[in-house]
Amino acid sequence: MTTIGATAPSPTPVAARTRTGPLGLLRDVGIVLTRELRPLRHDPFSVVFGMVQPLVFLGLFGPLLVGSLGGQAGTAFGAGGVWQWFVPAILVMTALFGTSATGANLLFEFQTGAHERMLVTPLSRPSLLVGRALKEMVPLAGQAVIIVLVMIPFGFRLYPVGALLGLALLAVFGVGLGALSYSLAIAVRKQDWMFWVVQQTLIFPLMLLSGMLLPLETGPGWMRVASQVNPLAYLVDAERALFAGEIGSMTVLWGWVAALVTAAVGLTVGVRAMARSAD
Amino acid sequence: MIDARSLTRDFVVSRSQTVHAVRGISLRIEPGELVALLGPNGAGKTTTMRMLTTLIAPTSGTATVAGHDVVREPGKVRRHIGYVGQGNGAGHTQRARDELRTQGAIYGLDRRAARRRADDLLDGLDLADLADRKVSALSGGQRRRLDVAMGLVHAPSLLFLDEPSTGLDPQNRANLWEHILRMRAEAAMTVVLTTHYLDEADSMAERVVIVDHGEIIADDSAAALKAKLAGDRIVVTVAGDDARPLARLVDRLPGARDLVCAGSRVEAHVADGPAALPELLRAAIEADVRVGTAQAHQPTLDDVFLTLTGRSLREAEQETPTAQDSPQDSQTRKDVP
Repeated sequence: MTTIGATAPSPTPVAARTRTGPLGLLRDVGIVLTRELRPLRHDPFSVVFGMVQPLVFLGLFGPLLVGSLGGQAGTAFGAGGVWQWFVPAILVMTALFGTSATGANLLFEFQTGAHERMLVTPLSRPSLLVGRALKEMVPLAGQAVIIVLVMIPFGFRLYPVGALLGLALLAVFGVGLGALSYSLAIAVRKQDWMFWVVQQTLIFPLMLLSGMLLPLETGPGWMRVASQVNPLAYLVDAERALFAGEIGSMTVLWGWVAALVTAAVGLTVGVRAMARSAD
Repeated sequence: MIDARSLTRDFVVSRSQTVHAVRGISLRIEPGELVALLGPNGAGKTTTMRMLTTLIAPTSGTATVAGHDVVREPGKVRRHIGYVGQGNGAGHTQRARDELRTQGAIYGLDRRAARRRADDLLDGLDLADLADRKVSALSGGQRRRLDVAMGLVHAPSLLFLDEPSTGLDPQNRANLWEHILRMRAEAAMTVVLTTHYLDEADSMAERVVIVDHGEIIADDSAAALKAKLAGDRIVVTVAGDDARPLARLVDRLPGARDLVCAGSRVEAHVADGPAALPELLRAAIEADVRVGTAQAHQPTLDDVFLTLTGRSLREAEQETPTAQDSPQDSQTRKDVP
């Protein structure tokens, strides 16, 4: 049996951990991010589990759209046809369903004790949130790439630069929504069933009022008004523009504003919540 | 190593109800000590430990842990202490080895040192064969050993263990303790644990701090507590129905006190139970008193608790309104309502 004490670098670890300030924070974020990505690396297939809902909509709702509204291509759906209109929205849906559920992972770590373990380490509190939120970009990007690749044979036209920018936009939004999901998890940690109640209650109105599934132009006026305060609506419009190869329009700009505001609000709220998560 | 002064902690349950979980705990622990905080569920042990480990802030009072104030310099305290909580420190979706390496990185080890330290600990805690297993696939005992390994990654000089063996079967408990004691001996570590197992506090700790209703009610070695606060007890009966002649003999035994004589039965505290019985029997034969039965009881910490509080530890567990009474459920925060 190894003698632990003898090999223990007793004073070294403590002394080595001297970096504080922004560099220390960056290092801590890196540690948390790496840890969060590990299960994904060991089990890359798990990316697919997070996209069941969007795939259902793509496979079972998409054809209905094509069948009932396909004739209108060139009007409400723009020049590219229904898929060109629907696929970018499905990408946003992937972000919506996937990252809004990620707080459940943190809730689980609250219950098992793994989060408490992190709280007694010298890791800075903000890094515990930021590292987790940043991780959301990875599965999200993977899911988006899968969906795009699957849809190309069905006539989905790819504009590479726009698509890459579209993924980046989606990633920024995913960080924000992920951070909000973690905030929710922290807020309801003592009544964890509340997490799914709130999450489910919020995502469906957000989804329907974003024009993701059907164009809002055909809806009543109040819905269009409501969609104007829904950041998701701006994001969906921007993704549609980007995936149509339109890079610098006002629509795209508003999409970036929506994503960046979501990220800023999410991270601020999340970091504050994390600081109180031990109580 | 620890200097806590008048620590208190309140939990506001609702507007009209505040629970005073800890009501003024002062505690000094020197380097190298092995101290158990013993008390029923809800006594304030875990809350005290959570304050000392910077997880929650005290409502009032101060504490210096490993040379730093828990409120003013929590980061420095965290760097120097090891902590094994009631739950599992390792994430269930992670692999055992990865979690140890992550801990190494957190405490500033470079990649290679973190890998070596993880391997050492896996060997040391008999986890080497399970290193690449997912934590969710480990048994309760294996997970607990991994928790301890995670608490030891940075070779802390002070280790906190919150109910380390709750939910483990006796064999796994013994195995876990073997590891903890060996690590402690090798690294000259100070160990502070909470427990509501009497025998654990009795056999493992060199010093027992008994906590009840948020206050320390006794603090000494288990042997001293038992001698001082409970003492040996003998129970003897006579063959007939008048025990008074026997009671007179019992009363002459060294250290005899609290004598109760009822019918054919005599009960009393004596200085040394096992030695007192043969002496009593000899005296009884000489005095021609026929003894029916004779028993000597050596005290347990439960007797100490009974003397101090008027109730046994088991009764105390049941009366606590917040007690979950499920030792299997290691995730229950027992001291927090």
